[in-house]
Amino acid sequence: MIDTAAVTGRSGTIAATGGSGTTTATGRSVRIDPRHLPLAVTSSLFVLMFLAGSYLFKGFFSLQVFLNFFIDNAFLLISAIGMTFVILSGGIDLSVGSVIALTTMVSASLVEKHGLSPAVVIPLVLAMGSGIGLVMGVVIQYFKVQPFIVTLAGMFLARGLCYLISIDSITIHNGFYVDASSHRIPFLFDTSITWNVVIALALFAAAIYIAHYTSFGRTVYAIGGSEQSALLMGLPVPRTKVLIYTWSGFCSALAGVAFTFYMVSGYALHAGGMEMDAIAAVVIGGTLLTGGHGTVVGTLFGVLIYGTIQTLIMFEGTLSSWWTKIVIGLLLLVACLLQRIFERRARTA
Amino acid sequence: MSAAAASLRRLASGNTFWPLAMLGFLLLFNLVSNPQFFAITVKDGHLYGSVIDILNRASPLMIIAMGLTLVIATRGIDISVGAVVAISGAVAAVLIGGELSPSGGTGMADATRVPLPIVIWSALGVALALGMWNGALVSLFGMQPIIATLILLVTGRGIAQLITGGQIITIYYSPYHFIGNGFLLGIPVSLFIVAAVSAVVWLLTRKTALGMFIEAIGVNPVASRLAGIRARTITFACYAVCGLCAGIAGLIVSSNVKSADGNNAGLLFELDAILAVVLGGTSLSGGKFTLAGSVIGALIIQTLTTTIYSAGVPPEVNLVVKALVVFLITIVQSQKVRDLIAKQRTRRVVTP
Repeated sequence: MIDTAAVTGRSGTIAATGGSGTTTATGRSVRIDPRHLPLAVTSSLFVLMFLAGSYLFKGFFSLQVFLNFFIDNAFLLISAIGMTFVILSGGIDLSVGSVIALTTMVSASLVEKHGLSPAVVIPLVLAMGSGIGLVMGVVIQYFKVQPFIVTLAGMFLARGLCYLISIDSITIHNGFYVDASSHRIPFLFDTSITWNVVIALALFAAAIYIAHYTSFGRTVYAIGGSEQSALLMGLPVPRTKVLIYTWSGFCSALAGVAFTFYMVSGYALHAGGMEMDAIAAVVIGGTLLTGGHGTVVGTLFGVLIYGTIQTLIMFEGTLSSWWTKIVIGLLLLVACLLQRIFERRARTA
Repeated sequence: MSAAAASLRRLASGNTFWPLAMLGFLLLFNLVSNPQFFAITVKDGHLYGSVIDILNRASPLMIIAMGLTLVIATRGIDISVGAVVAISGAVAAVLIGGELSPSGGTGMADATRVPLPIVIWSALGVALALGMWNGALVSLFGMQPIIATLILLVTGRGIAQLITGGQIITIYYSPYHFIGNGFLLGIPVSLFIVAAVSAVVWLLTRKTALGMFIEAIGVNPVASRLAGIRARTITFACYAVCGLCAGIAGLIVSSNVKSADGNNAGLLFELDAILAVVLGGTSLSGGKFTLAGSVIGALIIQTLTTTIYSAGVPPEVNLVVKALVVFLITIVQSQKVRDLIAKQRTRRVVTP
């Protein structure tokens, strides 16, 4: 698995740079840089789905419906942003959902049972999430264990710790959390958003900066392209890899905070399977699972597509919630098959 | 004396030694804390006891772990087994009908809409098809195994719920209960199924060249193809068998709890199964595999669970213990630690 990933990743990088060269040289009618093709596909898919929804359902085409995608999926966007960096580096993080659950649990129990102020609790849970990520990153990097299996253990551990705190749901009555969950910030044209949306968009902006304008971001892409080449180039590979998982842990914890604001409770079963949703959003957003290719913007579109599907099913009314899973699975399939085609074309180009 | 030491060393170098030692340690711990642990009583010609209970409860996991071992040996992974368990159970439940039907006014009689053999073959057929689907994505389209099976993991629960209509379907048909709860010659039926599956898989992989081919693919897929091994076909077959095994486990699980729950049946089974395989000593990086190890791994997990329950520790601790075990095992198995041990050994040889 490792070898093939490295091989395809490497040829992908070489071919991608070669590919952009050939488009300008051959001068065919298609003018999209192959590197941006997945993003173009994802964003047009989102626009198409949104327009289809608007055509099918009255009241679908409105700014508030669009904003609701963010309101209802802020935590998914936050965790998917962390996951984007992990997948860009060619790794995977399966602990996302459980770390979110653990964050809601720790927050709820500290606030409700120990009477701590949210001003103390929130930095504490963020540090906890980053700490879990850090430990997993260290094990992955220094013991050379597959990310998949380490984060799997992290997933078990975080869920188990949830149950150790309490097996029941803890409702939060603290004024700050209740306020954060219900407070609406006025937006354009009589619409409103929540604090979660602000948090998610702030993280989104930060993530774009980190991914595309810092040396850390470039190193992440380089590792995804070929870890060996990155090492030979003298890039700080070990440090960056540990930081990637720390960042993902931080994002999961932040998503957990947003989830606490959304649900106003802590529960061990919160966000079950969220890691799969996050991976699906990242992949549908056009990030190659072999690493090295993709954008944070693509992930945003992945999450928006997720929101559109949920909303379409809600508007339809007769369809049940499990259709979300089936449609997401099918989209994931299509995205992966398209990726294979892109890869193959890039290799032959 | 030296002969004994030599045989002990040979045993220790065998690939099932450490899993066996761990299982032995767990069993010993149980015996110390509960002297009645190994007691087996005969009730109505059926065997009862903690050990039988562990074996019985571990049977779905043992079967899944064997299928998964083959996939992992080809350097792949299948994280959709839990979803396949749910689907297979759902198919069986829907075909049976899941309704209490009054017959002839003499109260509730168990009935099935479809004859039992057809129920079983359909559920297994669907599971096999799902395995083949995974196999096709991996071997024909060259998709990364974790992603190919992730698709089924995400979709599978949706499909299972679609089949059951989002309900938990209760199975009233009593002959079906026989699979998961019945006894044959005093021994749980599920153990016969485990024995049959392991016999088939073991014969196929260890008495034919197939096992060697699978290992060759795991060690180096490109080289094995150049050497004339039909790598694609064999990889495809491994995923198909893995799906089938998950389907069999799905029958046992749904029969055991007498219901099919699209949402929760086989939840986290994929993780337990991977853990069982890794505990058994099969490396996740492909190549050498041990079927016996995986079966022992499954038994270790079940024994651990039972131990935690019977030791009076809250069951919630179970996940934490499992997590710590995974961390420990992976770190001990890692190249870093192996290098350290190797260095220690060479130093010991050099110094005197």
